[in-house]
Amino acid sequence: MLMLEKRPNPSRGWTIATPLLAVLLTMLFGGILFAALGKNPFETIRSIFFDPLFSEFAFYYRPQLLIKGAPLVLIAIGLSFGFRAGVWNIGAEGQYIMGALFGAGVGLAFYPMESWIVFPLMVIAGAVGGTLWAMIPGVLKVKFGTNEILVSLMLVYVAEQLLASMALGAMRNPEGMGFPGSRNLAQYPSAANLEIISGSGMHWGVVAAFIAVIFAYITLSRHIFGFQVRLSGLSPRAAAFAGVNPARLVLVCLGISGALAGLAGMFEVAGPAGQVSIDFNVGYGFTAIIVAFLGRLHPVGILLAGGLMALTYIGGEIAQSNLGLPGAAIQLLQGMLLFFLLAVDVLTNYRIRLRIMEQT
Amino acid sequence: MSLLTIESLTKAYPGVIANRDVSLEIRVGEIHALLGENGAGKSTLVKAIYGLVKPDSGKMFLNGSSFAPPDPRAARAAGVAMVFQHFSLFDALTVAENISLGLENPPPQSEVAASVRRVSEQYGLPLDPDRTVGDLSAGERQRVEIIRCLLQDPKLLIMDEPTSVLTPQEVGILFETLRKLRSEGTSILYISHKLEEIRALCDVATVLRLGQVVGTCDPRLTSARDMAELMVGSALHVPQKTDKPLGQVTLSVKGLTAPAPHQFGTPLKNISFDVQVGEVLGIGGVAGNGQDELVAALSGEMKVAPHMVTLFGKPIGNLNPNARRALGLCAAPEERNGHAAAPDMSLIENALLTGATRKHLTHRGFLQWDKARDFAEAIITAFDVRAPSATSAARSLSGGNLQKFVIGREIMQAPDVLVINQPTWGVDASAAASIRQAILNLATEGAAVIVISQDLDELMEISDKFAALNDGRLSQLRPAAGLTIEDIGLMLGGAHDMEVAHVDA
Amino acid sequence: MDLSAINPILLLASLMVAATPILLAAIGELVVERAGVLNLGVEGMMITGAICGFAVAVGTGSPWLGFMGAALGGALLSLLFGVLTQYLLSNQVATGLALTLFGLGLSALMGQGYIGIKAPAFPDIHIPLLGDIPVIGPIVFQHDPLVYVGLLLTGGVWWFLHKTRGGLILRAVGENHDAAHALGYKVIKVRMLAIAFGGACAGLGGAYLSLVRVPQWTEGMTAGAGWIALAIVVFAGWKPWRLLLGAYLFGGVTVLQLNLQAAGLAIPVEYLSMSPYLATIVVLVIMSAGRAPGSLGRIFHASR
Repeated sequence: MLMLEKRPNPSRGWTIATPLLAVLLTMLFGGILFAALGKNPFETIRSIFFDPLFSEFAFYYRPQLLIKGAPLVLIAIGLSFGFRAGVWNIGAEGQYIMGALFGAGVGLAFYPMESWIVFPLMVIAGAVGGTLWAMIPGVLKVKFGTNEILVSLMLVYVAEQLLASMALGAMRNPEGMGFPGSRNLAQYPSAANLEIISGSGMHWGVVAAFIAVIFAYITLSRHIFGFQVRLSGLSPRAAAFAGVNPARLVLVCLGISGALAGLAGMFEVAGPAGQVSIDFNVGYGFTAIIVAFLGRLHPVGILLAGGLMALTYIGGEIAQSNLGLPGAAIQLLQGMLLFFLLAVDVLTNYRIRLRIMEQT
Repeated sequence: MSLLTIESLTKAYPGVIANRDVSLEIRVGEIHALLGENGAGKSTLVKAIYGLVKPDSGKMFLNGSSFAPPDPRAARAAGVAMVFQHFSLFDALTVAENISLGLENPPPQSEVAASVRRVSEQYGLPLDPDRTVGDLSAGERQRVEIIRCLLQDPKLLIMDEPTSVLTPQEVGILFETLRKLRSEGTSILYISHKLEEIRALCDVATVLRLGQVVGTCDPRLTSARDMAELMVGSALHVPQKTDKPLGQVTLSVKGLTAPAPHQFGTPLKNISFDVQVGEVLGIGGVAGNGQDELVAALSGEMKVAPHMVTLFGKPIGNLNPNARRALGLCAAPEERNGHAAAPDMSLIENALLTGATRKHLTHRGFLQWDKARDFAEAIITAFDVRAPSATSAARSLSGGNLQKFVIGREIMQAPDVLVINQPTWGVDASAAASIRQAILNLATEGAAVIVISQDLDELMEISDKFAALNDGRLSQLRPAAGLTIEDIGLMLGGAHDMEVAHVDA
Repeated sequence: MDLSAINPILLLASLMVAATPILLAAIGELVVERAGVLNLGVEGMMITGAICGFAVAVGTGSPWLGFMGAALGGALLSLLFGVLTQYLLSNQVATGLALTLFGLGLSALMGQGYIGIKAPAFPDIHIPLLGDIPVIGPIVFQHDPLVYVGLLLTGGVWWFLHKTRGGLILRAVGENHDAAHALGYKVIKVRMLAIAFGGACAGLGGAYLSLVRVPQWTEGMTAGAGWIALAIVVFAGWKPWRLLLGAYLFGGVTVLQLNLQAAGLAIPVEYLSMSPYLATIVVLVIMSAGRAPGSLGRIFHASR
């Protein structure tokens, strides 16, 4: 019989090894799944995990890695603060939408004026939009003790309806011949979030994501705030004893994640997406939850996990077009990855011992 | 006639042998004491008898036939019942529901209530079956457990440290009940480290040390000192108190009143006291009478009106814990794991937890890890904390060592006032002695110390003044020297709502 | 706008139908949470139940078999959560989220061949005598059988929790798992059973959407119903009868906004569509009282 025994100290080796083990298990079971769907498992795995980087068309896919990875990393970094502190914001998708709407709103308001000030104002508006949306669950939790998980999630559906209303109403392109969707911001130079180096995929959102990683790393390892965040998550009572104000911590954590998700939405709407449309959001806010956990809530881990998850998006598209793999299979693969990670995580804090059952 | 015989029982956990070759005999109708320090292996042994732990080797016989209960239900079915020290009641359920859960073939709820009333009268333990357990006092909660056991007509009743939550009067009532049970032929295995109680109550004592039986004696004929040395293995260091004049008032509490912080908490009612430089104030009382709330109001975890707490004349009732630390008020709450310390964090991080302010471990909000490490290592050295290194997780330390670390962390910040809740709870005797000595030294050096404890012997040993906390109210402060156990009992509010048992044995 | 187009009797009758999927999922989650487990994967189990039920019903032509398939599918998926949280001691919040993401992917994959197909009919039953009562009859006694299954389950759960030994043990485990373990109760076994029951109920709720309420299969068709079910458990303070109230309140808002949309109210459709979610938030704010089970969401590991 297998027994679990708590380790006196968490294993450092397994802390690093468990995400890798989870990826390997996901490839293995993903392969079985693909075989069950009638696809060649080896070819499919190769299309998803290797082709975007090493195939002959990799020059096209590599920039995509940055474009898809940046919002994931940006959002996941924000979420990681709250997740560490035990503040469960799972409505980043809504904050992402609101950031995009605020950012696009400012950009469209200035149209067609050309000025260097437009883009920075959009960035600020994006962060403000995400933060405000995240403050709703924050303030309700602090004032009324309302569950932030449920409120932040409900607000995703509300934000989606707002997005639809904007795309069909207030923000609709007056020259769009009645089609839903706003003007294309990518074609409005002062508002466009263009590539900094052409063909590299490197836009301002990517820069922001890297800055966020560095900022988070320093905060968590060197600053008293990061210490308070970790302490609150591990022992809430000890945190109160150490002088952490729990209400303020909830608001700051939600604020950070809202601001970063809002920024991600703003960079997306002004760049890769280009316009406010009904199907603007594609689930980055939810995938970022997987990224945050896969990266073990550690900034560097999140950077790597964001890259991996972006890879599965791009590789999934390749497998979809080349092998006819259903899109849902990729979604399932991503869910599977999180499951395996949670399952093998037990090895970090527990030792598995084999015990032979005695006969009585 | 022998009821339970244990023959060379051994149980090992990774890294420790909890019981080595333990043999024991409990006779019918005797009160058998199991004596030993924390960590001596008492809990493991009774858990084996109660079916919660499976021994690695050894045999047990109950009434002459082989006895190896695979789980507590089997033990209960065989006539073994156990009153736990903690962890065995359900706050949100009623008394009758709690009792019913401990019965093997429970009758309908209404009949359970009737039997509860019957047994509680028979043994002088009043209890209302319809009340919610979370609202009961510690003594009443224990009655729930005892009645739960008695309803099973046990042949062997195991009691794990039953008096730690009782006032002296309640202890007297409990002993009457136990003696009545003995006269009816029930055997009792009585676990304790309080020697005077064992001398007053028990017929036989088995002493455990480091998992082994080191002796058996008749406690009525053996002195407490001899039993203590058997238990500890060496002569105990008794803390030295030096006489010193008391100085100015440092911390002053006036009319401290606060609502209960949570559903099953205790409101504080008009508490007033002063402590002076060089003084140790001992606050006694049964747990759950406002101890946690008082510590929270003093440490700053619970904010009150500013003037209710003043430090050197400055109102601080509304300040947060770090602001109070900066002014010289430090605290050490009761629960080490998860309150005074974060179990999953390293000792360095735990040193930072309260030390950041007074030891200047941050600079413009940035942590100075090297200074935090130095501080942690200084605590480890000065207080003889047994830990592999400062980077070890707090949870890897034994209770006594973590407590030494926690107390040491506060003392090494050289506070003007230190508040400690249960300084030696669950700590072995040698660690307890060194913690008490450290408290006395701190007072000698000019700090005022408030010690809250359920252990009256401890308070008498180190306090200059004594007060009792009962139902959120604090008694008058009285000089500790010359207080008798009866005086203290009266200060503690007597036996609460308990009538003196009329035992018709 | 023509408010007279709204027939109050039909409105109240459809309220019961709109409340049923939420009620089914919520009553299961209530049992899970009373056992001390927080399973945030209700949405994932619901949508998996929706496609399992739909596939089985289409395959066999029997809606009843479909509902059984849905319950089985939901229960199987929930056991995944059970193994992770109870045996591998993973964080319940994270695992619940993972279950939802996984369930959404799994259902989308399973449902590929079922888009655009119609479900076999699941006719309403007209309860004799009671169904003929004017006004009350059409509102309460002329629905499909699952509406009554939901009501029976609610009553049954109340009876189980408060009148049976098993219910007492389940509550004890949820209130204080260490104490329950010390008394010899099998904490993990009780919780696994509760989790499976919760999964089966969520599956039923999902299948009610795909087989009765819509009735066809579309990806992501639960649209947050699982989350609303979770919210209603909090609203109800973990009490079965108040759950009924919460589900009907929510059903009322949903039906009303749909009717207002149909009546052509001068508010954009999007704002009406967001009203059920906003109503849920408002309800959570007003009703965050009620005491959660003592061990809710905590990891149980029987050490020494």
